[in-house]
Amino acid sequence: MKLSILVNEGPYQHQSADTAIQFTKAALEKGHEIFRVFFYHDGVNNGTRFAVPPQDDRNITEQWTELARENDLDLVICIAAAQRRGILDENEAKRQGKDGNNIADGFRISGLGQLIEAGIQSDRLVIFGD
Amino acid sequence: MAEPWEDDELDGPVRKFMYVNRRAPYGTIYALESLEVVLIAAAFEQDVTLVFMDDGVYQIKKEQNTDAIGVKNFSPTYRALEGYDVEKLYVEKESLESRGLTTDDLVVPVQVVNKDQLAELMEEQEVILSF
Repeated sequence: MKLSILVNEGPYQHQSADTAIQFTKAALEKGHEIFRVFFYHDGVNNGTRFAVPPQDDRNITEQWTELARENDLDLVICIAAAQRRGILDENEAKRQGKDGNNIADGFRISGLGQLIEAGIQSDRLVIFGD
Repeated sequence: MAEPWEDDELDGPVRKFMYVNRRAPYGTIYALESLEVVLIAAAFEQDVTLVFMDDGVYQIKKEQNTDAIGVKNFSPTYRALEGYDVEKLYVEKESLESRGLTTDDLVVPVQVVNKDQLAELMEEQEVILSF
C-alpha cells in the first residue's frame, strides 16, 4: 500500500513524533511504500538540527534523518508553519534576511500543496497528533 | 454532461477530502492553520467537505472580538470559502445545541447533521484531516 504520514505535534512535547517514526519503520518493514512524510503545526519542530536532547534520551530529528537516508524518504516541512516557528533552510534564511538556518539533513521546506498531493496520491494518509 | 473543455481541467483524480474542525478558534493555533490548509487545498479542485463539531463550532460564531487577547480575528475568512467553491459545510447538531447555539449565530450557512448522519458522511470520505 502507498502511505503518507502527517505529523502534527512537536517532538518530546508529544508522543506523536515517536509513534510516527515507529509506524513508518514498521510500514517499510512490511513492504509498504511511504510516498511522503509531511510536518505541520508544531510538527515542523521535528526538522531542526539545533535541538540537543540529553545524551541518555533519543534524538528524534536524527532518527528521522537516518530513516530518510536509509529509505530515501521525502520529509517535507510546511513553509507557512515553519516560518512562524523559526525553521529555516538556506534559501528561506537568505530570503527572510536571517543570519542562519537550522533545517536538518533529509528534510526540505515546501508548501501545503505537498500535503494535499500526498492525500491525492496515497492509498492512506495516516495522521499523528491529537 | 461535461463539456470537452471541462475534462481538461481535471489533472489527476478528484478525491473526497473532509476537514474536521474540533477546537475553539483561539487558545491554540489549530483552527487558523486548518483554515490555511482548506484555502490552499481549494486550488487543487478536490471534493471538499468541512465539518465543525465540539468546540470547533465556535470557529464560525458571529461577532467574534479578539481585541483584548491581541490575536487576529480570522472568522471573516470563513465567509470567503464560498468564493473558493468550498460550499459543503456541516455542523454537528449535538455540538451546536449543547453550547446553546443555533444556525442564526453562525457567520456562514451550514447544514446541521446529527452524529449518526455525520458518521455516514465520514464513511464516504477518502481523506479525513482532523484539526
